[in-house]
This record gives sequence, structure tokens and C-alpha cells, in this order.
Amino acid sequence: MKKTLLALSLCLPAMAIAQPDPSDWDAVLAEADGQTVFWHAWGGSTATNDYIAWIGEQAAEHGVTLEHVKLTDTADAVTRVLAEREAGELDDGAVDMIWINGANFAAMKDADLLFGPWATDLPNYALVADDAAVTTDFGTPVDGMESPWAKAQFVFMYDSADTEPPADMAGLLEWTKAHAGRFTYPQPPDFLGTTFLKQVLVSQVDSDALSQPVDQADFEAVTAPLWDYLDALQPNLWRGGAAYPASGPAQFQLLTDEEIDIAPSLSPSEASTAIANLQLPDSIRTFVPAGGTIGNASFVAIPFNSGSKAGAMVVANTILSPEAQLRGQDPDVLGYGTVLDIDVLSPDMQDAFASLDQGIATLSPAELGAVLPEPHASWSNAIEEAWILRYGSQ
Amino acid sequence: MSPLLRALPALTLLAMLGPVAAGLWGALLPAFGHLPAAGFTGPSLVAWQNLLAWPGIRAATALSLGTGLLTTLASLLIVTLITAGWWGTRSFRALERLLSPLLSVPHAAAAFGLAFLIMPSGWLVRAVSPWLTGWERPPDILVVGDPWGLSMTAGLIAKETPFLLLMTLAALGQVNATRSMAVARSMGYGRVAAWLKAVFPAIYAQIRLPVYVVLAYSMSVVDVALILGPSTPATLSAQIVRWMSDPDLSMRLVASAGAILQLGLVVGALAAWRLGELAVAWWGCGWASGGGRGRSLDATRPVALGLAALSAFAILAGLLALTLWSFAGLWRFPDLWPDGLTLRSWMRHARGLNDALADTVLVALTATALAMVLTIGCLQSEFRSGRAMGRYGLWLLYLPLIVPQTAFLPGLQTLLLRVGADKGVMPVIAAHLVFVLPYVFLSLGDPWRAWDRRQATVGAALGATPTRVLLAIRLPMLLRPLLVAAAVGVSVSVGQYLPTLLIGGGRVATLTTEAVALASGGDRRAIGVFGLSQTLAALLPFALATLLPLVIWRNRRGLHG
Amino acid sequence: MADGLHLDDITIGKDDETLIAIDARVAPGQVLSIMGPSGVGKSTLLAFLTGTLPPAFDATGHVRLDGRDLTGLPPEKRNLGILFQDDLLFPHLSVAGNLGFGLRGGSRAGRHAQVAAALDEVGLAGFGPRDPATLSGGQRARIALMRMLLARPDALLLDEAFSRLDSARRQATRRMVFDTARARGLPVVMVTHDPADAEAAQGPVIRLGDADPLRSNPT
Repeated sequence: MKKTLLALSLCLPAMAIAQPDPSDWDAVLAEADGQTVFWHAWGGSTATNDYIAWIGEQAAEHGVTLEHVKLTDTADAVTRVLAEREAGELDDGAVDMIWINGANFAAMKDADLLFGPWATDLPNYALVADDAAVTTDFGTPVDGMESPWAKAQFVFMYDSADTEPPADMAGLLEWTKAHAGRFTYPQPPDFLGTTFLKQVLVSQVDSDALSQPVDQADFEAVTAPLWDYLDALQPNLWRGGAAYPASGPAQFQLLTDEEIDIAPSLSPSEASTAIANLQLPDSIRTFVPAGGTIGNASFVAIPFNSGSKAGAMVVANTILSPEAQLRGQDPDVLGYGTVLDIDVLSPDMQDAFASLDQGIATLSPAELGAVLPEPHASWSNAIEEAWILRYGSQ
Repeated sequence: MSPLLRALPALTLLAMLGPVAAGLWGALLPAFGHLPAAGFTGPSLVAWQNLLAWPGIRAATALSLGTGLLTTLASLLIVTLITAGWWGTRSFRALERLLSPLLSVPHAAAAFGLAFLIMPSGWLVRAVSPWLTGWERPPDILVVGDPWGLSMTAGLIAKETPFLLLMTLAALGQVNATRSMAVARSMGYGRVAAWLKAVFPAIYAQIRLPVYVVLAYSMSVVDVALILGPSTPATLSAQIVRWMSDPDLSMRLVASAGAILQLGLVVGALAAWRLGELAVAWWGCGWASGGGRGRSLDATRPVALGLAALSAFAILAGLLALTLWSFAGLWRFPDLWPDGLTLRSWMRHARGLNDALADTVLVALTATALAMVLTIGCLQSEFRSGRAMGRYGLWLLYLPLIVPQTAFLPGLQTLLLRVGADKGVMPVIAAHLVFVLPYVFLSLGDPWRAWDRRQATVGAALGATPTRVLLAIRLPMLLRPLLVAAAVGVSVSVGQYLPTLLIGGGRVATLTTEAVALASGGDRRAIGVFGLSQTLAALLPFALATLLPLVIWRNRRGLHG
Repeated sequence: MADGLHLDDITIGKDDETLIAIDARVAPGQVLSIMGPSGVGKSTLLAFLTGTLPPAFDATGHVRLDGRDLTGLPPEKRNLGILFQDDLLFPHLSVAGNLGFGLRGGSRAGRHAQVAAALDEVGLAGFGPRDPATLSGGQRARIALMRMLLARPDALLLDEAFSRLDSARRQATRRMVFDTARARGLPVVMVTHDPADAEAAQGPVIRLGDADPLRSNPT
């Protein structure tokens, strides 16, 4: 650990100043007291915003002030860190913590824009379930450079009052032909929109190329089935594909207003949470198409130039506490899957998780089935750009 | 006159035009491939090649021109016809009373409200469904976000019409309309024809610059475009903002080229408009002196009243929809009313609302206070030196309102970042000042100059120094216009989206940026809460500006003109 | 040294055109009437005397008052009282506030007593707390006069000061102003278009706006 830090400090002149070391947690706590952490996280979901506010209250007990900078696009935060480095702002940047997705994580890790490794030394990291979802992020090894906070698996929401769920992805396409205008997905590059594209990709393409960087594959050839699928889908989309919801939660309103019957969702219990918040009618259910869906974990990362790294670590550790994870998994609050290993928790906590009402729209782990691996992170950008050329700018 | 007072006009110009000039400069270099901070050294045309290679470029350019010209033409037409047909009537006075509230509704809130009205699942369709239309589910029609930008144009017309009407009313103070109308009508001209032939030319000369502001603004607006505009592709200005936030720094070059293109489009549209003015003037002179009594033109009166009422209705009913959504329980299509009312949404957002309100108030009050001090200083300096601001000065005042925000704010952000002054609330206040200052100046200028200067002579004859005359006579007498100018300043600041977003770098979150950020989540209850709060924040100062003088000067009849 | 108000070789012009040329002396208690049709620049002359001439005008000559050269002094240092055709009471101040505005120094109680005495003098005792807008035109004219006198001016300037009053009121107010000026030995310059004003003033008259600007030294 010390060696890595030393090595890093040689690469980045700004890191020559003392950096908090999470293996000495008391020192981190002492340093964090009084710090303000600007957490840049997408602000379009009121449920998430409320949860982040609650985390802030917990962090305040350690003297850390948490400010949620509500982004419309996570890329904003990445741009900012990048631009700050170019501008020579090396030790007190605007961003202290980012809710980061796989593509941006890969980009920031590659460009040495992240502080770390730090995540595996957090006291609460001992409770994290050790599986592939938290050690690789979109094919990129995590290496302790980001800390997990929730697991998600792609599902579809449907209105059980109006329709039966299609059996698989091919069935979905057939269903849209019979129910024109009743399905849509968020407009890429929205994260969920892009995830839907990837879901179609992995369901239609069986190729090793997907686990490799995109520039090592014949993009046109590999993705041809994806475009065939989308071309067939396009005319029967909501609004004939001339407009898309701006984000995942924007689809709630469309479902509530009976404009659509089926929409993708990034988290198995998101629909239950929205029902609890009156944002969705209680006839909404979720389904997983045969063949499975892709899944991943959400992470937070600390930029290299944060001036409140200790504070950010305290926040990340707070998120990993059993109490916070329990709250996050409660569909009345957030409904995200926990990243903790339930079996290592205290018996009380195990009971609490077990007795959590998952909500009427949430599938059991058995029903969710196998999690398909995400394609390599570089595919996200490539299919986003290709999508925008084809459908996003007629 | 102290040196400070003498320097104030220059200082004011610097505060107003400095950021505009710096921002344009900051966009020009990257547009030609020069952005050393990100490792690009020009000159090169790569940014322009990438811009032209963007598949949406044609549609976005057409959208910018189309929405701008259509909005300006339509709102000018409505304002002209309503004044021509109804000036001096009771209906007109009713519209006049609605003006302040309509004006102070921020663009974003008006756009949200309109969206709630006209979307296929919106109030209008609900009102006639299913009993009339048979629709149990909303029709799959592309209304909000249509590729021609018609919804967006409708929203802009509803917001710009009150603005141009206000400017027309101000111009009426300088033009002797009553006499011209009496003369023309005594010759047998119809009401509308008399106005168009005898009064309108003088009015238009006075409102030309505000018309240009409307044209430039509606060509380059971002928040309204995000809410009501198309997304496949988005408008040019919305796309510029998207490029600005791309993690790939080379996209900033494209954004800068887009900014210059947006500026060029606005300049081109202004030039075309100017040509149109000349053509209409040439034709109009012949028409006016042709002697036609044009009584049939009076048939436009009901149409004009209908359109003006419609645009007022769109905003007011939209606000009502926002309010209702903020208190709504479950509310499904096609129910006209929610199942129940609840404070839940307000409690839920209380914390976020508090934080955003604190930033909003801090920025708005500081920017307005600075603008008031600078404006009063300039006007006082003008008064003391006896040199009035000429036409040239008026153009300078309007310049920051005519240069599109998307043309200079991206460059300004890049510049601020380069000098490391991009953090905290001060740069945001400075950016707001660019827009608050002209409006405060325009609002205060006329009443300030209309003040009877013999009062100052009397004061001086009684031994009062110029400072005492200012503080003890002029400011108290002008309390109402001062408060109105401050209210205008606050509401302009509250409504700013792009300066807060781009210059604040996310650390300054106001009610407006929060509301627009929520737009992508589509949570109508949250949008209702923030949109309504935003409107109240802009409206409250106007209410205070009306109420406070009544309370403070309750025993001074001479001040209630 | 009360030798009155001297208007020494004053010329006021604009754009290379001479509007007014005057050279006169007004003795203490004397009223100099400046007559002429409107637009001839009578008020411009008063603006020059008060020091509020707009910079667009070019003026030469000197104003001296009891030996003091006023030319170039800021308006508030000239000690010239002025009455316009409108009373110009400050609408945001009470009657007492208006009267107190021009008082110099003195204790609170002393100022209060002076204001009360002034109100008494013009038959408006007890009007102190009133809103000036609730007074009649004649009452307002008297308050305006007292406000000016309480500032203890060394000379009076009247700019069509009586033209707004009805004829009965005009005579009374005029007499009050002239009597006061005479009693206090104040030189008065009165600008008017009404021959009756000039007649009542019983002093020298200068007519402006004739084909050839008149130079006169009436004393």
C-alpha cells in the first residue's frame, strides 16, 4: 500500500503532499472531521437524491459535510476533473467523489485521474460480498480504485393490468409489432438507454469479441444483429422513435399515464420503490427475459485532486455500513441490491435483511436468474455513438 | 463629483461587457483548434470539420432560425394587434394587470407548465377524455419535443409576448398615442388601421432593441429547449451545452465552433430582420399614405384578444398544473384531478429546496445589489454631469442581451478555468450581473430621469449637498421604481439557467438548475415543487415592490401616482 | 456687507448663439423683474444663478452676493432661496419635515420650536404632522415659502412663482413674499411673464426676447 502510494506520488507531482491512508482509519476520521465533500452524482432520481441526503446526515456524525452536486450527466464531473488537471488545479478540485459508471471509470483510471487504491482498506469493505461484480467494472479491474455501493441487474417493468410479459428479447420485438407505440427506452447516452442497447447486444450476439476492447473487433460485423433488432424495433417505439424519455425515471410518468406498457429498468426493485412513492401504479411488475440480463455494481470513486479525500472515504465507508445498505435495499427508500455478504453480518442485521419487504414488483434472486457479464467498457461509447448517428440525429 | 462616481459608468460597462467580450474571445480560439490547456494548439479547422460532420447540424441550424424568427414574428404580431385593437379598453387594462406576474414567471417554470398542459397525457387532453375523444390512454402523438420545435416556439411566444407588451407600454409613454389616434380616427380610420398607420412606426422605433433581444434569445435558449424542444437532434444551443460537458476535451473545440456558429446565426438573423424592417417600412409608408381607411382590419380585434388571452392562459394554467402536481397523490390518465392532495412531495424535497433557495437568494440578492449600486451610480453620474446616455449607450446596454448566452458562456467558463477562478459563488454572481445589470438599468432609467430635477435645485437651495439630495430626497421619492428595478433584477437572476450551470460548475445549485436537472427525471411532483418555488422566488419581490411603498408611504398621498 | 446681488456682465449662450446678456444689480429688499415670452431663456438665467446650468450652455460673467463671488460655487453653498411655480414640497416628508429640511444646526427642541413658529406665522399652526398632499394649493405655497425662508437665504429667486395660483391667492402670496423680502432686506430676482407681477414688485424690469437683447443697468 505505502509502496503504491509512493509510486503514485512520483507520477503525479500533486500527490507529493501527504495523502490519507485508509489502513490508519483513526487518522482518516481525524482528518475528515470538518471537511466538506462535494459528491457529484446524477440528480434525476428523487429516490436517490433522498438517499444521498440521508447518507449526508450519517456522515455529519463524523463531522463531514456532504454536498450532493446533482448532475444531469456523470460525464460532467469527469470533464471537470480532466479540465482541472489541464488547468493545473492539482490539490483542491471541485469534485471530491463521483458516482461513476464503468465507461467513465475505465477512462479515468486509464488517465490517472483517480486517487487510490483505497477502497479495499475501508473498515466496512470486510463485509462486502467478494464476487466478480465488485472486482471488475465493465471488464476493467477495480483494483481498489472505487468503492461499490449497490448492485443492479437489468430488468423490464410492465403494466400487469394491460399486458403479459414477453418471454425473451425476440418476444419483446414481436410484442412491439402487436403493440405499436407501447414500448420505449431512455435516449442514449443516458446510462439506462445505453444499458438497454448492451442488453440487446449480448442477447443477440454470442461472440468473445464483446469481452475484448472494441477496437480489436470488426465493429460493423459484430454489432450487425444489434442494428437489425433496433431497426425492426424503431417504427413501433413510442412516438415512432422520434422522441425518447430523457432518463429511466422519466419512464415512470409514461407508465403511469398509460402511454407505454413496458420499459427497461436498471434495478430489480426500482419499480417497487416508485410504487411506494406514488410515481407508479401498483399494477406494475418486472420481468427478466429468458436468457438472462446484464448486471453490474454502482461505485463511487475519488478524483486524484480532491481536497477532501479523507471525508470522501468516510462517506464511502458510511455507504457500506449495514444500516445504510439495509436502507438502500428497502424498496420504500431506494430498492438497490446490497453489495454486502449477508452471511457475515450480525444476526440482527441478517434478520433485518431477511425481513425486508422486497415490494410487490421485485423478483426474487431465483427469478432474476443468471447475471450476464457486461461487454468490455469500450463498447459502451462505440454503440452509443453509432446509435446517435442512426437514430439520434435524423 | 468624486472620481469614484466619475469612474462608475466605465466600471459598469466593464462588468456588463467584459465577460461577454472575454467569453467570445475564449470561444474564438478553441473554435480554430487552439486550446493549449487541453493540449490542442491551432490554428486548425478540425473543430469546424467535426461540427459540420455532426449529422444533426442542418436540423439544429434550421431549428435555431425557425424558432427564433417564428417566436419574434408571432409575439410582435400579437402585441401589436392587441395594442392596436384594445389599447385604452377594460380588457386591455385587465391584461396589463396580469403583466407583472406573467413576466416574472421564469422561462423554465413556464415551459414545464406548458408541457403539463399540452402533452398527450396533459391537462388539455384529460379535460376532453374519455367522454369526448374516447381515449382511455393518451394518444401516441409527438407534441412536446416535436422535431419542428413547435411546442418550444409556443412556450417562447407565451413568455416573450408579455415582455414585448411591457416594452410597448413603456414606449407609449414617449409617444403621444392618444392624440395621434384621435386625429386619425376623426378622419374615419378604423381603430386598428389608425394605430398601425399613425402610432406603430413610432412605437416600433422604441421597441426595436427589445425585439432584437427576443430574436436572439429565442434562437439560442437552452432551458426551454431542454424541456420543450426536440432531442433527435437537440437544438444547436442545447447541443453546445452537451458538447461542453463531454469527457472528451476535444469536444470543447466543437462546442466553441458551435458557439461561433450560433453567434453567426443570430447576427445573420438580425441582419435579415433589419432588411425585413426596411422592406416593411418602405411598403408601410406607401400603405399609410395611401389613404385607405382600413376599417376591415378591425376584424382582427377578437383574434388578437383571443391570442393574447391564450398566451396568458397558457402560462397561468401551466402554473396551476405545476401547483397541483406538487400536491398530487396518485394521478393517472385520464383523471382530470389527482386522487388526493398531499404535502408529501414538499416534505420530501424540503431539504433540497432549502439548499437551492439559499444559493438562489444569495446569488440573486448580491447580483441585484451590485446592479442597483452600479445603475444608481451611472444615473447619478449622468445627472450630475448633465450628459445623457445616447443611442450608442442604449445599444451597449442591450448588447449582453443580444449576444447569445451559448456564444460566450462556454468560452467564459474555459477562461475562468484556465485562470483558476472557476470556483465558488463569486464567478456565478459576476455572470448573473451581466444579465441583471441591463434589465435593472432599463427598468430604473426612465423613472430616474423623469424625476423633477427642480427638486434637486430646491434641495440645494436649502443647503443640501448632492449626496444629501440623493439620499434624503431622490431615493425616498423613487422608492417604488427602485424596488421594482430590484424585483426585476432578482427575477432575472432567479431565472438564469446557463450562467449558473456553466460558470458554477455544479457547486452552485439554484432553484432553476435543480428544476431543469429534475426535468430529465420526469418526476412531475418534484418538478412541480421546484418549478413553483422558482416562480414564487421570482414573484415575491414584485409583490414586495408593490406592497412596501404602500406600507412605508401609507400617509403620503403624493407618492401614490 | 449687504450691498445686494450683482449680475456682472452675464451672457449665456448655446451653440455659439447668445441667449441672454444681462448686467444688473439688485439692492437689498428690491425686486428685479425679468420679463419675456416663454422659451426665451428666463429660467436658464435662474439656473445659472443657482449653479445648475446644464453643461450644454456656455456662460460668462459673475454673480456676486453681498461681496461674495458665487460664480463657480456648488449650488448648496450659494445660499440662494428659490421658489418655482410648483411648490415642490418633498412628498415623502411631513409638513414639519419639509420645513425642517433647510434648517441649519440647532438642538432638536430648537428646530422644533422654529418649525412651530414658522407654521404659526403663516396661519398653519398644528399642520406639522400633515401629509403635504392633503393641503390646499395656497397652504402648500405658504409652506414652500416658509421652507425657503427657514434656510436663511441671502437672496430670493422666483421662477414664475405665482403663475399657478388663482388671482385672489396670487395677490396675497405675492404680497407676503415681497413684504418678507423687504423686511429681511433680501434682493429678489423674479422671472415672470405676467405684467401684474412686475407691477406689484415695484422694482426695475428687464425685458428679454426682444429683437436685440437688452443690456441694462436699471439702478
